[in-house]
Amino acid sequence: MNVPTMAELTAKGESPEVLFWVGCAGSFDDRAKRVTKAFVKILNAVGVKFAVLGTEETCTGDPARRAGNEFLFQMQAMSNIQVLNGYNVKKIVTACPHCFNTLKNEYPELGGNYEVIHHSTFLQQLINEGKIKLSEGGSFKGRKIIYHDSCYLGRANDIYEAPRSVLETLDADLVEMKKCRTTGLCCGAGGAQMFKEPEKGTKDINIARTEDALSTGATTIAVACPFCMTMMTDGVKNKEKESSITVKDLAELIAEAQGL
Amino acid sequence: MVIAQQILFLAVLGIAGFFIRKRVLRIRSNIELGKEQKVSGPNSERVKNVLLVAFGQRKMFKRLVPAFFHFLIYVGFLIINLEVLEFVIDGIFGTHRVFAPYLGGGYNVLMNIFEFLAVAVLLACVVFLVRRNVMKIERFQSAEMTQWPRLDANLILTIEIVLMVAVLTMNATDQLLQTRNDHYVSTGSLFFSSYLMPAFQGFNTKTLVFIERFAWWFHIVGILGFTLYVTYSKHLHIFLAFVNTYVAKLEPKGHINNMPVVTNEVKSMLGLIAEAPPAQATPGRFGAKDVNDLTQHNLIAAYACTECGRCTSECPANLTGKKLSPRKIMMDTRDRMEEVGKSIAVGGPGLQDGKSLLGDYITKEEINACTSCNACVEACPVLINPLEIILELRRYVSMEESGAPAQWNSMFQNIETSFAPWKFSPSDRFNWAKDEK
Repeated sequence: MNVPTMAELTAKGESPEVLFWVGCAGSFDDRAKRVTKAFVKILNAVGVKFAVLGTEETCTGDPARRAGNEFLFQMQAMSNIQVLNGYNVKKIVTACPHCFNTLKNEYPELGGNYEVIHHSTFLQQLINEGKIKLSEGGSFKGRKIIYHDSCYLGRANDIYEAPRSVLETLDADLVEMKKCRTTGLCCGAGGAQMFKEPEKGTKDINIARTEDALSTGATTIAVACPFCMTMMTDGVKNKEKESSITVKDLAELIAEAQGL
Repeated sequence: MVIAQQILFLAVLGIAGFFIRKRVLRIRSNIELGKEQKVSGPNSERVKNVLLVAFGQRKMFKRLVPAFFHFLIYVGFLIINLEVLEFVIDGIFGTHRVFAPYLGGGYNVLMNIFEFLAVAVLLACVVFLVRRNVMKIERFQSAEMTQWPRLDANLILTIEIVLMVAVLTMNATDQLLQTRNDHYVSTGSLFFSSYLMPAFQGFNTKTLVFIERFAWWFHIVGILGFTLYVTYSKHLHIFLAFVNTYVAKLEPKGHINNMPVVTNEVKSMLGLIAEAPPAQATPGRFGAKDVNDLTQHNLIAAYACTECGRCTSECPANLTGKKLSPRKIMMDTRDRMEEVGKSIAVGGPGLQDGKSLLGDYITKEEINACTSCNACVEACPVLINPLEIILELRRYVSMEESGAPAQWNSMFQNIETSFAPWKFSPSDRFNWAKDEK
């Protein structure tokens, strides 16, 4: 797998078209790492000139800010911006909606101005440009897929259609949960909930969302966020439905359809 | 007799004006407890929000049934109030239906439109009473909907029904009197109130005049009294919702407001600016503990909330039985503001009464349960943002009290030492690429 870093490219006097911001989940979480690799495979197959920061990347600060620790957030943001500006980065793609939101909406006020796109939009662009071609009647034909909206893509940034249009190219049977798009139910991980136990309640949020998903009879839950991935996977395990329904990221589905 | 009525009317108008003005000033000074905040972004976007969201009720229509009935009451409110103008002129100058001679046949059309709207408002209010008290729609039964909020809602609907009945009674007796008394100018036939005429047919003229006058007085005093009541009620949204849609933030919902104070400190810590910025005269709090730490826009939003509960009915935390309810956040903010304002007005301790929004009204358990998913913000028909308040409270807990949940403190520590929310070595961050070459 060819994964150039910014440091390597800069040493050669080159610069990439786009920086792939991997994110902490994409770097450390075993399940999310598979998504990272699937996305890299697509980038390589399509011939997009990209680079990653590698060990120079650090947390965007999103969970710190949402948990109320503004100091820590700004420390993270400021040092990331120094690195990004140092490499003269112009365009960033990321597979994490939380990184996406922070880089796109919250870094400009601190001096980090980049064109930031989420990998769902990036994949859609590659499909529209004809760079990703999927043969009709592939292995997905007839498979029932639902898309679970990530709050940080959907309501937070009004991205509802890009992930869906990526899924449509799979020629699968794309169905919707009752709560979708603007009224999509959170997986329960946002706002730094990923990093602590939930408050006392009658049910965990990811279980409620998994129940929504199971009631559609779909065999695949498509997600576009590493946190949603964890929450939905845990929910499916909790319901002991691993044999009948799988949770996949958009990038994994596209890579699979392309035989990568 | 007419003179006496004129004097009485002016007195009533004056008394109502006095108390309404007092309340308006109180609400303004309560809002001014908050931090000043300038509106940012293009003005045209803000005006568009006022026109589409407030005037156009666009977000209401995500739920069709309540939107339809609410629209009837809303249009009724806007248009029937034109009639109040005639009431006031008649009251001051001792005239009767002063516009009738000038508008000719148009007056009849106008009055019939008013009557149609009055009946529509009446029906809509009955439907809403049924939804709340008979059908017991879930979002009106949540924990924060205690005795007063429920009574408030029922009072508003009942008062509106009674006011509409007064108008129709007045028009019915007026039409009968037009055949008996020259003072009562012809309005032409009024469709809805004509159905009430048989009920009053048998009364003598004197009694009819009394009923007509009583209904007239009841309606105008009722409206003035209701206006005063509105300033104490959740129903204040009829005014503040317009203001709120104007000041509501325009950034993408995922954006959290920056804290420039922190930016300055962080920059000087990182050596990005030569010297530390001049210390503030009064070092402000980080985040919010009480209403004065919130922005004036947050406080306007609290007054704009009519407790419809669409936010809470979409909140993932609330749906799964957690204590958090975005509606309660807004109600608590408003209640605390009122409490502080009341105390200040009587020379009491105000903000220094030993209580605060966080702790005495809103608990940590509530704010900690928020997933910042923006479902509440999306659901609000008047662009209220409970999430902003929740995040400000979290900032206070985290930065002033270091009182965030233990697992969050561990997460903070991981970010500080490993640059990731989990405890992994930063040098392993790129290992994923080496796993398979």
